[in-house]
Amino acid sequence: MDGRNFKEKVVEMKNITKMFGDFKANDNINLTVHKGEVHALLGENGAGKTTLMNVLYGLYQPTSGEIYIKGKKVNVENPNVAIENGIGMVHQHFMLVEPFTVAENIILGMETTKGIGVLDRDKAIEDVEKLSEQYGLYVDPNAKIQDITVGMQQRVEILKALYRGADILILDEPTAVLTPQEIEDLIKIIKNLTNEGKTVIIITHKLKEIKQVADYCTIIRRGKYIDTVKVSETTEEELASKMVGREVSFKVDKEERETGDTVLKIDNLVVRDNRNIKAVDGLSLEVKSGEILGIAGVDGNGQSELIEAITGLREVESGKVYFNSKDITNKTPREIIDSGISTIPEDRQKRGLVLEFTIAENTVLENYDREPFSRKGILNENKIKEYAKDLIKKFDVRPNNEKIKAKALSGGNQQKVIIAREVSNDPDLLIAAQPTRGLDVGAIEFVHKSLVEQRDKNKAVLLVSLELDEVLNVSDRIAVIYEGKIVDIIDAEEADEKTLGLLMAGRGGKRNEN
Amino acid sequence: MLDNILESLAFILGTTLMYSAPLIYTALGGVISENSGVVNIGLEGMMTIGAFFGATVGYYSGNPWLGFLVGGLAGGALALLHAIASVTFAADQVVSGIAINFLGPGLALFLSRMFFDGATMTRPIDLEDKIPRSLDKILTKGTFIEKVFNQYDTVYLAFILVAIIWFILYKTKLGLRIRAVGEHPKAADTLGINVYNIRYLCVFLSGVFAGFGGAAMSLAVVSNFRPTLISGQGFIALAAMIFGKWKPQGAMLACLLFGAAQGLVVFLGGTEFQVPSEILAMIPYVLTLIILMGFVGRATPPAADGVPYEKDSN
Repeated sequence: MDGRNFKEKVVEMKNITKMFGDFKANDNINLTVHKGEVHALLGENGAGKTTLMNVLYGLYQPTSGEIYIKGKKVNVENPNVAIENGIGMVHQHFMLVEPFTVAENIILGMETTKGIGVLDRDKAIEDVEKLSEQYGLYVDPNAKIQDITVGMQQRVEILKALYRGADILILDEPTAVLTPQEIEDLIKIIKNLTNEGKTVIIITHKLKEIKQVADYCTIIRRGKYIDTVKVSETTEEELASKMVGREVSFKVDKEERETGDTVLKIDNLVVRDNRNIKAVDGLSLEVKSGEILGIAGVDGNGQSELIEAITGLREVESGKVYFNSKDITNKTPREIIDSGISTIPEDRQKRGLVLEFTIAENTVLENYDREPFSRKGILNENKIKEYAKDLIKKFDVRPNNEKIKAKALSGGNQQKVIIAREVSNDPDLLIAAQPTRGLDVGAIEFVHKSLVEQRDKNKAVLLVSLELDEVLNVSDRIAVIYEGKIVDIIDAEEADEKTLGLLMAGRGGKRNEN
Repeated sequence: MLDNILESLAFILGTTLMYSAPLIYTALGGVISENSGVVNIGLEGMMTIGAFFGATVGYYSGNPWLGFLVGGLAGGALALLHAIASVTFAADQVVSGIAINFLGPGLALFLSRMFFDGATMTRPIDLEDKIPRSLDKILTKGTFIEKVFNQYDTVYLAFILVAIIWFILYKTKLGLRIRAVGEHPKAADTLGINVYNIRYLCVFLSGVFAGFGGAAMSLAVVSNFRPTLISGQGFIALAAMIFGKWKPQGAMLACLLFGAAQGLVVFLGGTEFQVPSEILAMIPYVLTLIILMGFVGRATPPAADGVPYEKDSN
């Protein structure tokens, strides 16, 4: 392919086991990575990928097992040892000090100094500029982290590792927070790095990216090593079934349907965000019964504010929202729920669930105050319990115990509880805001099936997602949002990633709202 | 008339500087600790114990600087308790600080009774054994400048330390690390910076500075220790630190403001002004309240201020 031969082993992790109490996060895992390759570590959420890499980086001590770096056995007791051995890690949640500048973040811990301990900022900036040129990682060394984009912050993280002389880079879920354009840039960066002789280990559960960028892929399931495969000789389907342990279908099965009446009508809506800037700026949209309308767009183009305005959580400045021909503009959330709108909120831990409550309590959050769940202000716990047990069974929530707290559930199961509650209201309109964010393949499949079920029951579904694939696969019609306006609406069958990508970036399309 | 006004002004400015100094030391202590991410409301207790040890060692040794130093170390020793509780054992930093605030004055009183035949206050230090006034011989007596700036050496030292701490926090490697630990300890940890060591160092130093603050009170402003000597100045210093937005120079300006309130109290107390002394004595505290309510606004503390760092938490 490109002159890289994967002969020299740079990382060997042998029989790594890591226990947290009684829980085996890593169970006898082996991993071999060669110089110059991009090695993907694939597994569902909670499979133990990040734990394994934290062991390699010295953040955790393995319960048993051995680590060899460049052929030498190393006891990685802390990150310093990892850094000395040329390992750098970019964490999923960036480890950047927000009020510091880019240069300060990069040199932190390995500061350039003059005299006794006095910072040499000029030298730092010079070093950062040199590095960023060498690897094509453009950053402004004087900008503060809090003022730059997420994609830029990620480059700072990569530079941080390179500054420490890393030649083995671990990237933990690097694309989770990026826009499609930023993902393309990142893939270019990774190729640049391997061309310069660096080795990259990338943790992910996104199969498409593995196909795009990785040479080898090691699959982990429930803490156990499953297989290592050459990416060019495998398929996404094969990788998925190895990761989940069963066949997974990517295609969302749905039949042709006739759409019915307009359920939700938004007319020239204007909504301001927390900074008092118009986030939704004259937006018009219709959702009909029996269809899934997907809203595609880059994060921060007014999606969150739009949902909040429809559901009564944010004040509408001007314009109207009609639901089943009734004006629901600026009604309270309770009135809106009662009129027949259900929402799967964007942030399931903040708005979807009360984490400290049990599953049972969470299932009745919207109707605990009425029969049969309470009478004259006293909760009927038996009824709530029965109801919850029923939902747990129907929606396959695990563990199937209504008494445990919502915070103890995995992301996928938390989402199941929310969907169970919202769908059981039998709403005419279901709003799903980023319903699969952070979920793994199995859970995503379930969420998509639930949305299609609503549609097939002749309900209206409004889906907002930053994942282009999701919008493309699930929706019947796709509306593209850009700077608070719908710039175009396309039938899903005629849409492709490229057209949508351009529209999302504000290029092309007819402004059809005025 | 003009002479009278200048006279009064010089007096007020002079007392302002004198009363600001103990606050500045203590507020600097707060700045150091909180920039590393440890809330230190125990400043009051540390200041009290520093005042006691300063006065006691000063009295017995006849060397005020030795007393000053031991006062600082005593504050530092008490701060180590705070560090053990809040850094090593990740205890709630406010609760630990409250405990320190009970422990400091209690211990000071207990030791006072032990060393001074059951008296609750230490014996006064001879005038010539107090902290010296080095500029006394240089400045011409009776001038405006002399009246304002002829101060105990602890006053000059306080302002010098403001500059030093500012330089350390913003211009050195150590300062960058301290602020990183206070903002994002996990980030610092992943870069191989020892969060615990930095926090221990900063909490200890904050105690030393609060101890200096107490000793500057008992060795310079007055000449002995008594249970009511500190009475809330540690808290005022804490307020000054917040008002000063967790920065040394800001804290210094806030301390000068509070010191000015104290100076005004002393000045008005000496005039024929018919205000009950109890009301006058309230001024600095009321000022603290008003400032904290109205003028602080959206000052942002270090992001990890008050959050214990535990390694294995995800």
